[in-house]
Amino acid sequence: MHFVLMSTTTTGWLAELFPALPVWLIGFVVAGFHTALIGLFFGLPAFVFIWAERKISARIQDRLGPTHAGGRFGWLQSLADGIKLVQKEDLAPQVADHLLFRCAPYVVVMSVFVAFAFVPFSEGWVAVGSDAALFLVLAILSLQVLGVVLAGYASGSKWSLFGGMREAAQMVSYEIPLGLTAVIPVVVTGTMNLNDMVAVQSGGFWNWLIFHDPFCFLAFFTFFTVTLASNKRAPFDLAEAESELVGGFHTEYSGMRWSYFFLAEYAAMFLVSMLGAMLFLGGWWTGLPWIDRFLVAVDSSWSPVWGITRVAGLVVLMVKTSLLVSVQIWIRWTLPRLRIDQVMTTCLKYLLPITCALFLGASLWPLFLATTLQRTTLLSRPIGERMPGRPVLKSVSKPVPSGEQKSARFLPSAEPHLAATKRER
Amino acid sequence: MEAALFAIYALIVCGSAIAVVISQNIVRMAMFLVLSLGATAGLYFLLHADFVGATQLLIYVGGTVILLIFGVMLTASAPYASIQNSPGELLQGGFLAVAFFAVSVASVLAVDWSQLGQEVRLPQDSRMGHPAPVQGYETADAGNTSRPIGMALLGVRVDDIASEPVPEQTATPGETTGHPPVTPLSGYLLPFEIISVHLLVVLVGAAYLARAKRRPLSTERGLP
Repeated sequence: MHFVLMSTTTTGWLAELFPALPVWLIGFVVAGFHTALIGLFFGLPAFVFIWAERKISARIQDRLGPTHAGGRFGWLQSLADGIKLVQKEDLAPQVADHLLFRCAPYVVVMSVFVAFAFVPFSEGWVAVGSDAALFLVLAILSLQVLGVVLAGYASGSKWSLFGGMREAAQMVSYEIPLGLTAVIPVVVTGTMNLNDMVAVQSGGFWNWLIFHDPFCFLAFFTFFTVTLASNKRAPFDLAEAESELVGGFHTEYSGMRWSYFFLAEYAAMFLVSMLGAMLFLGGWWTGLPWIDRFLVAVDSSWSPVWGITRVAGLVVLMVKTSLLVSVQIWIRWTLPRLRIDQVMTTCLKYLLPITCALFLGASLWPLFLATTLQRTTLLSRPIGERMPGRPVLKSVSKPVPSGEQKSARFLPSAEPHLAATKRER
Repeated sequence: MEAALFAIYALIVCGSAIAVVISQNIVRMAMFLVLSLGATAGLYFLLHADFVGATQLLIYVGGTVILLIFGVMLTASAPYASIQNSPGELLQGGFLAVAFFAVSVASVLAVDWSQLGQEVRLPQDSRMGHPAPVQGYETADAGNTSRPIGMALLGVRVDDIASEPVPEQTATPGETTGHPPVTPLSGYLLPFEIISVHLLVVLVGAAYLARAKRRPLSTERGLP
């Protein structure tokens, strides 16, 4: 699959279709288009997974769960919930710091929403391509805690303050193992560009990073545990512990502001599961070499339908992500909540040393293999050879008049020789 | 459009910075500080300096959360306590602000802006030892822009080199390439490190000053 950013491509198309449009207008149109798409990916998972959570939790507890709304399986239950929440009165306690109280849900929502902009949904389908995408996503996601702490403080309620403080302590400590486990794939692949990190996992599930070495295998499970905590999901949902803190940081919220917290929580669950799928589980690759090869061949040979293979990749990624989210839901309804001291002990006494050891192991693994077996990977081809050939457009590095360069990048006419380089490989 | 975005972000940075000083509730101050620092990150993103922007978000904006917690836990004895400044403090702060403003104005005026019209060009890739620019992304999207700053920290002024004619042959290591040899003292690395150690000392001092004073034991106070 050749490597074209969707945002640059759409900008190019617009510029060619409507040459009269000013550049800034095209920029705005493309930005709006991508924002709408991201909004879709922000809202839909919440819609689906809230229903799934109700249904799965019901089945786990030997109940039926929603059965009426929208027909057979109550699949419109989330919509019914949404309508109910919109109708509720938007309340704020009298003692609350009203400005901060009203801001806090938006801080949480924005931090998750913006993080989606840097995540590719399929090969090259990313709103903002960045070489530090993984770092950016983690940095932006970490801003969620700010909204939670603000909500906890500004509510003017002791339950909320407790919830906010717990959340702050928990997030600040779990950020360290989260960063360390996320660095392990970076060390293995040598890039922080999420697109490239998935690209090196092509050609069979044994090339997925989870099977790269034993440390990566363990790192995936550590990553999953830590993301549970960073999303304040059970068994780490101390910030909203219903049994002791009423509702934790969102005790005083009602209506839409309350639901913003939950929209953000489900979107963040989806986002970190997508990160997990991309970092360790091969992203949009099916893991079966013949299917992957077929997709790549279709993609590089028949340029008018390059979108179809991307859609296939998107579907594969969504399936993997949904599986991970289902596991998160499953864990929430089967494991009891930890105490706050147990949460901190788990992080600082166990997860932190474990992730440090895994990080060290993953860094030393290629050296170990190189000295004993004279190769750098055990089962699969070395990472460096796996990189699907990026189209090296020689003309880009030369000083070309800007219009000419643009057409070389966006027109399909540039693609035959890309396909040729593909076939050589 | 970039100019318009820059104006918006700059306004947010300055406005919320002023709001930090004006507002009297410590949590609101922290909130405005977050806004100011976040908008600074936005400025970095506008410059295509993704990594610096992300670092700004993770370290400064994220670190403000800690500040907020300390602010609530250490200073606020009552909910929503407001902070009043004495005139002496205002004078001190005003003096520092004016001094800093003078320094920044002086350094802005010292830059020869007419030279910056031409693009800052990176020297030949092979000589600097970093990989060739990534194809597929725009070079600016690839985050190349913070590289000159990093090189300047190490004493290699990319903009100086770029203005010189780049020799065709790759210079062997150790050979002079037209600029003074790079030593730890030639860049900004040493002053940078000194400042960071200084900041650490300030932090330790602040923690010492703000720590809870040990109360006399309850038996000494005659409590049951």
